[in-house]
Amino acid sequence: MDPARQSSTERWREILERSLDCVHCGLCLPTCPTYRETGREISSPRGRIYLLRGVAEGRIPLAAAVAEEAYLCLGCRACETACPSGVRFGSMLELSRAEVEVAQLRSGWARRLEGWALRSLVPHRRRLRLLFDLLAAVQRLRLDRLARPLLPRRLRELHALLPPIPPKRDRRPPPEIVPARGERRGRVGLLTGCIAAEAFGHVNRATLRVLARNGFEVVVPRDQGCCGALHAHGGDPETASELARRNVAAFGRADVEAIVVNSAGCGAAMREANAWIGSEAEAFAAKVRDVSEFLDAAGLQPPGGRFEARVCYDDPCHLVHGQGVAEAPRNLLRQIPGLKLEPHDDPAGCCGAAGIYNLTHREMSNAVLDRKLRALAAADPDVIATGNPGCLMQLRAGAARFKLRARVVHPIELLDAAYGPDA
Amino acid sequence: MSGLIEALASVVGQDGCLSRPEELLVYECDALTLHAAKPTAVVFPRSTDDVVRIVEACRRFGTPFVPRGAGTGLSGGATANEGAVVVECSRMNRILELNAEDRYAVVEPGVVNADLSKAALPSGLFYAPDPSSQLACTIGGNVAENSGGPHTLKYGATTNHVLALELVLPSGAVVQLGSATGWTVGYDWVGAVVGSEGTLGIVTQATLRLEPIPEGVETLLGIFADVVAACRTVSGIIQSGLVPAALEVIDRRTIAAVEASVYAAGLPLDAGAVLIVELDGPAPALPAQVERVRGIAAREGATRVEVARDDAERQRFWRARKGAFGAMGRMAPDLYVHDAVVPRARLPEVIEKVCAIGDRYGLKLSNVFHAGDGNLHPNISFDRRDSDELERVIAAGAEILETCVEAGGVISGEHGIGSEKRDYMGLLFSEADLDAMKRLRTVFDPDGVCNPGKIFPTTRFCVESNPRARGYDRVPLES
Repeated sequence: MDPARQSSTERWREILERSLDCVHCGLCLPTCPTYRETGREISSPRGRIYLLRGVAEGRIPLAAAVAEEAYLCLGCRACETACPSGVRFGSMLELSRAEVEVAQLRSGWARRLEGWALRSLVPHRRRLRLLFDLLAAVQRLRLDRLARPLLPRRLRELHALLPPIPPKRDRRPPPEIVPARGERRGRVGLLTGCIAAEAFGHVNRATLRVLARNGFEVVVPRDQGCCGALHAHGGDPETASELARRNVAAFGRADVEAIVVNSAGCGAAMREANAWIGSEAEAFAAKVRDVSEFLDAAGLQPPGGRFEARVCYDDPCHLVHGQGVAEAPRNLLRQIPGLKLEPHDDPAGCCGAAGIYNLTHREMSNAVLDRKLRALAAADPDVIATGNPGCLMQLRAGAARFKLRARVVHPIELLDAAYGPDA
Repeated sequence: MSGLIEALASVVGQDGCLSRPEELLVYECDALTLHAAKPTAVVFPRSTDDVVRIVEACRRFGTPFVPRGAGTGLSGGATANEGAVVVECSRMNRILELNAEDRYAVVEPGVVNADLSKAALPSGLFYAPDPSSQLACTIGGNVAENSGGPHTLKYGATTNHVLALELVLPSGAVVQLGSATGWTVGYDWVGAVVGSEGTLGIVTQATLRLEPIPEGVETLLGIFADVVAACRTVSGIIQSGLVPAALEVIDRRTIAAVEASVYAAGLPLDAGAVLIVELDGPAPALPAQVERVRGIAAREGATRVEVARDDAERQRFWRARKGAFGAMGRMAPDLYVHDAVVPRARLPEVIEKVCAIGDRYGLKLSNVFHAGDGNLHPNISFDRRDSDELERVIAAGAEILETCVEAGGVISGEHGIGSEKRDYMGLLFSEADLDAMKRLRTVFDPDGVCNPGKIFPTTRFCVESNPRARGYDRVPLES
């Protein structure tokens, strides 16, 4: 049922129902980033499920400790990959966060700023563009660097996360239709994202080129927008559902075989749109594919060029755990002549980005990131590849902090490079 | 009580001491959810010295304490009876030494079982005891419960791998038991502490024997029409003189649950049971052993026998086996994992009786077990909110234990007695036996403050008279 229309009673009933899937075996513990850092049962998936069942059964009130845990969780869903019993923890978490918001257990200026940004900024393309124009100007005039020593620590860390904002011409929306090249194999849609459209336009353009090279005509519906994932994860199912409806309509009109997404977080959320808004999103959700999964299933046209590099692929949580896609991006990268795929010790662990978690929980986010970076530092690759904008920003900031020489890119950029410049 | 919590926080810091009711709720049980008791506080020591000071603080305030690792135990061993303080060792998780030459490791109690084998891999070594929860469970808990695992068959249980221990006694004294050489001088104190379920003190360091990784390994999957045929094959293999690394039986209900999960390994859904046979050792010896096992399985009526083609397939079989317990959550909200041992030769007849007991009580009973060791795990799926069903679960469990003891077996293989089976100790031991055990405990813990309410029967009734009248019908569901 649509979580936005659920009453509190219905939400708690659903939480209880889902909690019954857990038999308390504990196989989720070692996969949980916050358990790995704290060793606390209450900060583990099993503990959180027990806690939520406790609230649902009326044994404990929905108190501050419950709210803290609901938001200390990164929502990485690694526990779902480990769970033999099939507990759908991600959806339990969203339900519980919605209840934490209903009970108004979070407060303070940061919470208000977050709410304002998610509701009044992220879903509005024009406002986002203005913000990025401003940020680009600040970066161009190097005002940010000048001001950096004066900023409080929190803002300095935030600044380290911000990627270089591309010039305005590179942030123009792509054409509405990109024709297939060579033999036509189908017609697909592309989600360009909200913040990604501004900060990762080059990834969208690389995706369009690679899809076209592979014989796909790509539709980029103008009236698409933010997928609503951040809202659903942040206890705001109303806005999430509203945004999902907008995209269902936009892509419905586009008449495409598949909706290709290059952001793992967005893809995972869109695949669950039917759980948010019901049957009207059934067809939409069924068409969503991560770009790596789509190309791997379609069969990649072999790239002509070479890309000489040792590459560590790092799984975005919402691709490997949220969508169960682990092999496809690796398969694609292996097909690039010259590229050597190097394993590292912690590919499926969270990087700590987790939507806006790296802004709301700096300390835990950094602790989680450090573990990942130690593994990457040991492998010492030329390139780190990961397919999610949040992870790209987080790993870039981390790689700089750890002074790694590796560039951090989206896998599709490596494919694009291997195809060489457009003829 | 706040005095105690202040004292504990002064040892481990505010961050290392939990005492809010919500935080304590999640520590009211381990993987046995049937037994629940809320602790007074949960503390996270980082060193032996922290543990000593925690123990001293608890003694000052007259509060008992119980060590805990990952809380994956199945007998309620880590449940905090009598308002005990939980001493959670998850932050004492360093591997202090890995000696490849003498093949041992010195570890803190919070080291995860599988992490030790991972760390030993570059040296060509591994830590053999491998309980199903090995990805999560810790060495401290393994030592407390004398944990086993599939490979116990060839390599022995935890007790065969602990060379030395550092133990914090309830007096606060720190004692060193055993030696890294593995030679016992005088009393075998290590032997006494392994399997003592945290009732003698808190282990703060363990020196563990590592085994060389065998040169070759072959994993076979025998498919059978029923569990009894699989068990006959197990008896046949043992009688033939072969010593497989593991012999594991998985029955039809368990296969269905696992195959619906992320641990699916392509096990046949229409089989009555599958038998995993793992053979390891010098590579040239294996092909002949594989053929012998094939022959025995065929003789006992296997419908077919597959051999894992590569390491990936082998891993899939094992992941399916080890995810089996958790996968049972697909059958019902709760699971009661039983643990009993019978002489291997009597496996086929006992397993038939066990299944009949499940049927008679109208319960969903499934079997996945270490057949080579005669170590049964009848699993009963149920819903604890249904009090009638719960009663039948308890009654059936009691009958299963009696059946196993009658067949010459014991009431626990590797899960320990904990609070779960303490009232069944009388099935095995006389008053004099139990009294001797109690006196041993008194040497370490004269005041009974270390993990109270475990192992020993709560009442002094004669068990033979009516085991079902005691204990299990008074299972506390809530604290």
